[in-house]
Parts: sequence; structure tokens; C-alpha cells
Amino acid sequence: MAEILTPKLAPPEASASAATAMTGVPLIEIEDVSLYYGAARALKNISLKLEEKVVTAFIGPSGCGKSTLLRCLNRMNDLIDNVRIDGAIKIGGHNIYDGNVDVIELRKRVGMVFQKSNPFPKSIYENVAYGLRLHGVKNKSDLDARIEESLSASALWDEVKDRLHSSALGLSGGQQQRLCIARAIAIKPEIILMDEPASALDPIATARIEDLILDLKKEFTIVIVTHNMQQAARISDQTAFFYIGELVEFGATRKIFTNPAQKRTEDYVSGRFG
Amino acid sequence: MENHFEAGIEELRQKLLVMASHAEKSVNEAVQALMQRDHDLALRVKADDDIIDQFEVEIDEMAILLLTKAPLATNLRLVTVAMKISQNLERIGDEATKIAKRARDLSQEPPVKIALDLPHMANLALAMVKDALDAFVHRDAAAARALIPRDKEVDALNKLAHHQLAEYMMANPETIARCLHWIVAAKSLERIADHAKNIAEEVVYLCDAQDIRHTLKN
Repeated sequence: MAEILTPKLAPPEASASAATAMTGVPLIEIEDVSLYYGAARALKNISLKLEEKVVTAFIGPSGCGKSTLLRCLNRMNDLIDNVRIDGAIKIGGHNIYDGNVDVIELRKRVGMVFQKSNPFPKSIYENVAYGLRLHGVKNKSDLDARIEESLSASALWDEVKDRLHSSALGLSGGQQQRLCIARAIAIKPEIILMDEPASALDPIATARIEDLILDLKKEFTIVIVTHNMQQAARISDQTAFFYIGELVEFGATRKIFTNPAQKRTEDYVSGRFG
Repeated sequence: MENHFEAGIEELRQKLLVMASHAEKSVNEAVQALMQRDHDLALRVKADDDIIDQFEVEIDEMAILLLTKAPLATNLRLVTVAMKISQNLERIGDEATKIAKRARDLSQEPPVKIALDLPHMANLALAMVKDALDAFVHRDAAAARALIPRDKEVDALNKLAHHQLAEYMMANPETIARCLHWIVAAKSLERIADHAKNIAEEVVYLCDAQDIRHTLKN
């Protein structure tokens, strides 16, 4: 089991100086977060504020901690042995690492889509219905309406409406990933975490996922980990660059990709390392 | 292992510098042909314009190929700036050609007896082109910014020449055709300084990622 220590809240002055790329009110406040796998420190004093209904990209070379930080946002690291987290992560002003936080409820608010699409070996309909039933939606007409709404929002409805009861495993890779997004948004989260959601897809399926992300940000706050610099440039509003567990630079994506402030960022986005 | 992308960027930069040297040479020779009434040199400048045009096409092709590889940060700025600088160089070549055509025609006519300070104007415009390109080579934003106000001096000289020539034409109507050649030549020098200023603004963007175009009333 993960060992979650009582988080130490950063003092107000430290909190105020945390990196903020835009000017609105932050939905997610990451305050002085360090994460250890045993004795190894994978994240080093990360402070970051992410605003509501924007797409934030986490970039950096393999092992830089970007996926680790992403998984902190819905406490997925709780599932890993020997993990310790210092600092605080607040969503809507509440620390998600407080002892009284219901992790199931947290993961309803903070959905996740993974690198490899992972539909359940069930029908398309049941894939989306599963989470809804788990969260108390039992009525058939309500379920039908929410499933259509979710599949439409994930740009899949027109392709699957005539085969809702066929196996989800018969869908293409891109369709499976959009089904996973439909499954995530069906329970109406506030935040969607995406860990390289298009890295296994062809360019056409990738473009559809990217268009979908741009549509979804009208309703959701999205944090995406990607190794694809051009993808980050195309879809994100803000970008955070990590290197060996440190946040090197955080700012508007346009600035990061045209005129980064840090040489390490310049070298990374220009493909000089990583 | 060779970094093929960086090699492509360097090849683009080198090509741009070779194009710049052709454009500078054309302006120098066009002014020389005009001042020294050198008919043959004027014809050579006119013929060389095709070389500069071809450079613009080739640089665009190289830049588009590099853009398909999706450069970012400094490399992105360099590729876009290279395209804009090559366009300005091509237009500098066009202005040199215009001067050369006037030089060719004037060399066949009796000289106009008027004390125009066109050599000074030409020197200023040429120095601006040279300094803008040096700023590009050395990635020197301060030098690029410093040369921009010099465009006003060239503008003022052009106005003065225009005024002098207009008065001269009124007093000596038989020289109108020749004086119009000089007006066009002076205007071309003024445009060359404008293009040098444009290049300097692009160098500032390359170095500082700051777009300073249209921010000053020049």
C-alpha cells in the first residue's frame, strides 16, 4: 500500500510564487510536491497551478516524472507499494491527500485515459454503462441518454450507434481510445487526465483524438502527458516541462514552443536531448 | 550520429548568406553603373537578378521541407525568418535591377548637371543592408535595433533628391525624361533601406522572439 503522509501545506508566500501560466482562478494547485519510490525521489518540490477548462501538457524526457505527477492528481500512485508523497495537491481548494478524502469519489471527479486503450471485454454499451451504474444510474432510459451523450461527446456515436451491443474489442485502436474517453466523461468528471492517449494511434486516429480534446476542453479541464511536441503545440494552452523530477519551465504553450525561457527547455523541444 | 535536422538548418542559413552576398553585390554594382555611367555593368546587374530570384525559390523549398519536420523554438523562428529575409533580399535584387535599368538608359543620354547626393544615399542604404545581414550572422539584436532609425535618414535624402529634381525639371523641361530616371533610382535606394530595416526587424524576432514590426512610426 502507498504510504500517504499528512501533507505539509506550503506557506502563503511560497504558494503565491508557484508557477501559474494564465490569469484565471486555478482549479488544481500542486504545492511543493515531492514523491519518493522508496528512497528514490522521483518528483522534487513541484509547485504548479492549473486553471479550469484549459488543456495543460506535461512534457519531458522519459523518467522525468511527468506521468508520476499526472497519477498524483487522482491518487493512482496509492496503488503502488512504497510510494511516499510530501506536499499538497488541492482540487477546488481541497487537499486530495487529506485523510478524509474518498478516493473513489476523487476518481469520479478526476477521470483518466491511458496510453493503451483498455476497454472492458464487454459491449460498447456496457463499457460506458459500467461507471454510470457504479455511480447510481440504474434507470434504462437515463442510462441510454447518458451513453448517447457520452459517445456523441467523444465523437464515436455516429460510428457505433448501430452496433452498441457488439464487443468493444472489435473497434479499431482509435475507436477504442475514444470509447475510453466516452467512459471517462460519462460520469461527468471535472478533470480528465490523459497519459499519452494517442501514442499508439495512426495519424488519422491521432487527429481525431486531438480534435476531441479541443472540443472537450469547453467542458473539462484536461491534463495530458505527451512525448509528441507537435501534439502539445497543437492542443494545449499551457505546457509544463519536467526534467529529472524537476519542473524546469511552465508557461503558455505558444511561449514554450516559440521562445522558451530556459535553455534546457529550448534544447529539449528542439530535439537536442531526450 | 549526425543531427540531420541541425545540418539542414545550417544549410539553409548558408544558402541565405550566399543569396545576401549576391543581393549586396547587385546593389553595389547597380549604384556603380549609375554613377559611372557604365552601360555594360548595368546590363550585367540586370541579368544577375535571375540568380537572386532562383535563390528565393530554393530557400523557400528548403524552409518548407524543414517546416514539415516541425521545428520549435529558435529553429522555428530561424526557418520563418529565413523565408522573410530571402523575400526582402529578392526585392533588394529587384530594386538593384530597377537602378541598373535606369543606369543603362542614362548612360546613353547626356548627363544631367545637378548636384544630387545620391552616392551618400547609396552608401547609407548599402551600409544598412550590410549591417542588417551582419546582425543576422552574429544574432545581434542590439545591432539590428540600432540600425532601424537610420532608415529615416535615407527617407529624408530621397525627399530632398525628389524636391531638387522636381525644381530642376521645371527649370529645364528638356531634361524631364532623364530626371525621371534619377527619381526612380533614388526611390529604389530608399526602398532598399526599407528592406534592410525589414531584415533588421526579423533579426530582432529571431534573437528576442519579439515582433517589433509596425511598432515604431518610421
